Amino acid sequence: MGIEEKLPAGFLLTTVEQLAGYMRKSSVWPATFGLACCAIEMMAVGTPDYDIARFGMERFSATPRQADLMIVAGRVSQKMAPVVRQVYDQMPEPKWVISMGVCASSGGMFNNYAIVQGVDHIVPVDVYLPGCPPRPEMLLNAIITLHEQIQNTPLGVNRVKAARAAEEAALNATPTHAMKGLLA
Amino acid sequence: MSDNDNTKVPADKAQETGGAPTEAERDNLPAAPGTPEVVSVRHGMFGASDSGDTSGYGGLVAPVLFPAPAQRPYGRYFDEVADHLERALEGAEGFGRAIEKVIVDRGELTLFVRREDLLTVARALRDDPALRFEMCTGVSGVHYPHETGRELHAVYHLLSITHGGRRVRVEVTCPDDDRHIPSIVGIYPANDWHERETWDMFGIEFDGHPALTRILMPDDWPGHPQRKDYPLGGIPVEYKGATIPPPDQRRSYN
Repeated sequence: MGIEEKLPAGFLLTTVEQLAGYMRKSSVWPATFGLACCAIEMMAVGTPDYDIARFGMERFSATPRQADLMIVAGRVSQKMAPVVRQVYDQMPEPKWVISMGVCASSGGMFNNYAIVQGVDHIVPVDVYLPGCPPRPEMLLNAIITLHEQIQNTPLGVNRVKAARAAEEAALNATPTHAMKGLLA
Repeated sequence: MSDNDNTKVPADKAQETGGAPTEAERDNLPAAPGTPEVVSVRHGMFGASDSGDTSGYGGLVAPVLFPAPAQRPYGRYFDEVADHLERALEGAEGFGRAIEKVIVDRGELTLFVRREDLLTVARALRDDPALRFEMCTGVSGVHYPHETGRELHAVYHLLSITHGGRRVRVEVTCPDDDRHIPSIVGIYPANDWHERETWDMFGIEFDGHPALTRILMPDDWPGHPQRKDYPLGGIPVEYKGATIPPPDQRRSYN
């Protein structure tokens, strides 16, 4: 990407990471991607009562070309799926995705032929936010979690190392149905 | 009809459509209804219906009843509508050929029309000055898998604003192996998208429709989802330690 990719791991790289992370998280512009009922709660987050403007995020960009964050708010039907993917592809890097609500995270109450069972079938998701719909405070919590993720994103050689570690962890993890939970 | 107040709808007619009945209509009582016919019997509501189901819904036996064809007088404004339609269709012979049966149930008039005569009947209902059902609120499809020869129904709801909110329902049937019904887009242009939806969900092809394509499902979707033989299509849900199948495939819980 830039000079930060070529820095060796060390104090300089970590300082640049923190600086870049701070810059990126302070001005995340969400794309207007309200699909269904969760869009109303997303609108509520823009009102002065819950105020997303304190994070610099009040500028929802209708064009994905200028957006950083795609909040998939609502159920994604089979007909809408290629459109979601196209809007995601049109966003320039760095980009993040919050799947807001249960319908976007897992299909929600609609376990049928018409609804995609989780938008992670289509786009990679950074933060899953449950709720039907999630309260505006819950969406703000998800955004703050994402901000922490953005702040601590590794760059350059650190990023390659982190990606390898994440892949190792995912390959060695127990699958959900093999975990011991309350139903076992 | 004990109250004399014309503006209040009497309680026993509260469920009827078409606005408050006038004095004349209130005296025009319909003939006694015939015995309903049993179309099929529904066993159980959902899930497994074998023993071990503690919800009680598995043992339900419910007949699916259709109202019997109505005898004259139909009551309210239905007689007037039937008489004017008979005149518009050139006599009792034309009426008898086009209209298969007339049903008056719960204060609503339903005309079962043969699909070959649908366009004539729809044009008469729209254009005749005494009928003037200018508004068609759309087509709905119904699928009755047990009624061989008449599996698919297309239901049209017509509203007459000129005559004070009169409503009539026109129902057309077609067999499953010959799913063609003439399109009434030439008479009621607003039915365009409704006919596309009925084609998408049930597979009824409307002959004469300008562009009969899928509207709700993606363009290359196979099958017609709202038919009774189309599966729900859910996927099993993973929890920690268990996988729960979709609602139509769950066993009964002891």
